[in-house]
Amino acid sequence: MRVPRALAADLGGARETDLVVTAAGPVSVREVLDVLAQQHPALARRVRDERGELRRFVNVYVSGEEVRRLDGQATAVPAGTTVEVVQSVAGG
Amino acid sequence: MTTLLAIGTRKGLWLATTDDRRTWQLSEPHLLMHEVPAVALDTRGGRTRLLVGTRSEHWGPTVVRSDDLGATWQEPDHGAIRFPDDTDAALERVWQIRPDAAERPGVVWAGCEPISVWRSTDGGEHFDLVRGLWDHPHRSEWGAGYGGAAAHTVLPSPVDDTVHVAMSTGGVYRSDDGGATWAPRNTGISAYFMPGPEPEFGQCVHKVARDAEDPRRLYAQNHHGVYRSDDAGDTWHSIAEGLPSDFGFAVLADPRTGGRVWVVPLVADAERVPPGGRLAVHRSDDAGRTWTTCGDGLPDGHWNAVLRDAACVDDDDPTGVYLGSRSGEVWASRDGGDGFVRVADGLPDVLCVRAARLP
Repeated sequence: MRVPRALAADLGGARETDLVVTAAGPVSVREVLDVLAQQHPALARRVRDERGELRRFVNVYVSGEEVRRLDGQATAVPAGTTVEVVQSVAGG
Repeated sequence: MTTLLAIGTRKGLWLATTDDRRTWQLSEPHLLMHEVPAVALDTRGGRTRLLVGTRSEHWGPTVVRSDDLGATWQEPDHGAIRFPDDTDAALERVWQIRPDAAERPGVVWAGCEPISVWRSTDGGEHFDLVRGLWDHPHRSEWGAGYGGAAAHTVLPSPVDDTVHVAMSTGGVYRSDDGGATWAPRNTGISAYFMPGPEPEFGQCVHKVARDAEDPRRLYAQNHHGVYRSDDAGDTWHSIAEGLPSDFGFAVLADPRTGGRVWVVPLVADAERVPPGGRLAVHRSDDAGRTWTTCGDGLPDGHWNAVLRDAACVDDDDPTGVYLGSRSGEVWASRDGGDGFVRVADGLPDVLCVRAARLP
């Protein structure tokens, strides 16, 4: 997973972390973010609220596509794929 | 003796310090680009703890704390305020952080959006949802004010287990048992924006303050209407006569002098600016029977609002009064509001201010 600079502090200053996700079938974005929540809870709650919803101005990309344009958190994540968290253009 | 003034803005927190309440030193920004709608200075027990409600447009809301005047900030990994799974709710914004009385060390209250009240027993590190209010049968009928649906005022009594909460919109609710059960306390408060007779609840009370001498005496700045209650909120009576307007957001009570109260009037709901563009505070020394306009040093030609938590008093003698404006200016008075000096300008919109003498 790759995160923006604004969240690097929650990864000890790093921009990337490896996540090992085991699942019976294809791994979903939700399962990736669930593992993130176990390993880096402070980072994970910047990305999703306590209901598990993606925050409004946080975009998650899989293979170059924003997951809201795909199947949301049900979007499949092929093995070895980098999931990217990107802040949207928002605010003033 | 050093006085600390915390200034929460739409884009960060600033800290100002002074030894004479006349000349102020302003810090660099803390928590830059985070909205700061709530801040508390907890000086109980000889320790100064800053508790700050922050919200990032991107990364959401949280509560952070500092025990070293902002040199470092901490928060629990899972967040200080987190809605339980069964509520199907998510924290939107922290509107109020309120340390309880010295006799209840460690107890800190928070008021949040969505409308909810929270209680901490560990100095604000973790909060528990006050279920008695969350599960109240009225909750589905509480509405959202312009700024959101929030419990923006929490007033624990210093003498008993009474707690008052004010919400927009919903009005005033009171618990007599430390938060276990709640009932509306709005008799006499107008809800002109609703048809029919005055409702039991649904008023848009903007702020409530408690009198220094009589804990059952309360003052309320309403969405049109300034009120006093002498019976812990059972009944309210207008004290708006003598003010230039009954609209505004802030109401302050002197922490050491009974009957002394301040408001900062704005023209009207549809005209949220100081009357004539002249920013002023109005002080009463007789519990709202008469009012005096004061505020030498506050500007003319000022067309910005002072929001509900962008005014505060300190704990010094004589009491200091502080105002922050959506213009990004902050003023301080060390003589009960008679005269003000400017502490800061050029800041983002000021959302909240809190001041205290450092132990």
